[in-house]
Amino acid sequence: MATLLAKRLVQSCLILLGVAAITFVLLYALPADPARMLAGRSATAQTVENIRRELGLDQPLLSQFLHYLGNLVQGDLGRSYAQKTEVATLIAARLPATLTLMAAGIFVEVLLGLTFGIVAALNRGGAIDRIVMASAFVGVSAPQFVVALLLLYVFAATLGWFPMSGYGTVAHVVLPAMTLGILGAGWYARMARSAMIDVLNQDFVRTARAKGLSGRRVVLRHALPNAILPIVAMIGIDIGQFMGGVVVVEAVYGWPGIGQLAWQAIQQVDIPIIMGVTLTSAFAIIVGNLVADLIAPMIDPRIRSH
Amino acid sequence: MRVLKELCRQPAAVFGLVIVLAVVFAAIAAPWLAPYAPDNQMFDGLTLEGAPMPPGEQFALGTDTLGRDLLSRLLYGARTSLIIGLVANGIAVAIGLFVGVTAGYMRGWVGGLLMRFTDLMMAFPALLLAIVLAAILKPSLWIVAMVIALVNWVQVARIVYTETRGLVERDFIMAERALGAGNARIVLLHVLPHLLPTAIVWGTLGIATTVLLEATLSFLGIGVQPPQPSWGNIIFESQSYFQAAPWLVFFPGAVILLTALAFNLVGDALRDILDPTQRGRG
Repeated sequence: MATLLAKRLVQSCLILLGVAAITFVLLYALPADPARMLAGRSATAQTVENIRRELGLDQPLLSQFLHYLGNLVQGDLGRSYAQKTEVATLIAARLPATLTLMAAGIFVEVLLGLTFGIVAALNRGGAIDRIVMASAFVGVSAPQFVVALLLLYVFAATLGWFPMSGYGTVAHVVLPAMTLGILGAGWYARMARSAMIDVLNQDFVRTARAKGLSGRRVVLRHALPNAILPIVAMIGIDIGQFMGGVVVVEAVYGWPGIGQLAWQAIQQVDIPIIMGVTLTSAFAIIVGNLVADLIAPMIDPRIRSH
Repeated sequence: MRVLKELCRQPAAVFGLVIVLAVVFAAIAAPWLAPYAPDNQMFDGLTLEGAPMPPGEQFALGTDTLGRDLLSRLLYGARTSLIIGLVANGIAVAIGLFVGVTAGYMRGWVGGLLMRFTDLMMAFPALLLAIVLAAILKPSLWIVAMVIALVNWVQVARIVYTETRGLVERDFIMAERALGAGNARIVLLHVLPHLLPTAIVWGTLGIATTVLLEATLSFLGIGVQPPQPSWGNIIFESQSYFQAAPWLVFFPGAVILLTALAFNLVGDALRDILDPTQRGRG
């Protein structure tokens, strides 16, 4: 277990290094000049040149990258070009908002997905099963921004139940969390259904039924814990994907998280921030996968021996 | 033919297939179907106050903020979506097949290196990467297709890799090799044909992802650029107006949803038919 963990940690660090290298090359090789953006339209060539030197952009790409890595291992993500602030500070300030949204979104997702998935599995082949699975398919195919705009139109603009945008109260979280939840629930419902069907067909469930246990007790105490593994794994992967995927929802709802930070930075070619957010997202993806893999043996002892 | 027959036995797949064919027809026949030119800013396309016209007799789905006919723009938008869907996905499946087959067939350090690179790409926040690339490169239809392909090949590569490794172990490949067949011959004549179903299934499912991704990029203003109509940029252009003219979000949104749903339904049914081990699950 310890060696496995050590191996995975080394692997994770290498992957993170690779992500940093690719992002770095992409950002600096592309035809966007941050010095030009910063200097403004009317700046002279001399001013642009000075800014370029000041930011260290006149150095060769490799030495720039090594310099960046040297700072990175000390936890220094560099300074924002436009805002003149430490990137780490900017991200840390935005992280609570994104984490709140993530927790609320995943809660809605799992709640809806599990409930409908289990109900569908118990009614396998019936009308309820078909309706649930069809809805799950629609949810999986729906574009996030359209759902976000529709929820805004119905529940904020027309009914006035929730605020249009912003951050701070519970009411502000509801619509963004619903947007993420409605879309993600489809995946969970499909997965929960097939996992439950697998488990419900097994002998121990039949034994539990034969013992005369109530239907609800069989499902919740005997079948569900055995079907939960793929769902836990999925939550881990979800947490990772989440960070990179919040740009759209945060843009529509004016949610002040790292997605919004990234979106503003992209428009200003503020490379240190883009690097910082990309690395934070990659880190989240790696940690999410790692956590999913590590939790699996705790839930299911059969995996431990491998 | 067998596949098509089996496809027609599933109501959901038939529903999907009908919509797919409708979108293809709309894309091809847009010039004849569209009641107006898609970029014609009509004087009578706006109300006296200069607001967009709601759906009515003259404009079936209403007009946008510049007085252009929404129905015509949606029909031409089908072209944009399908072109990007086919190009981006074609490239993604091709890269995925190449990387997956090479890694699965070669093993050794080449295979190891390719799969480590694929692992690396899996850790990349895909949507963020697409947004960064699309924003920094000058956006155009082809750039959007490239960006989407660059993000979407990874999943195909992983699946193809696993399948290829299974295939290489099979007796008929061993027999070919024992008979002295070269690598190129084995891959082209024996490995690739067996991967065709996988490529078809993921190619179909991938179009759904692509349509959604293109719409998202265009919605953010970094995808297909107006005046060229795309379902995403129609919403982008009118989102600040959507309280007064909800049809400008509702109709394009419905079209995006239906198209993605249709490709997902067909792809899922194809997977059931072409890969019997998956049957009855999910």
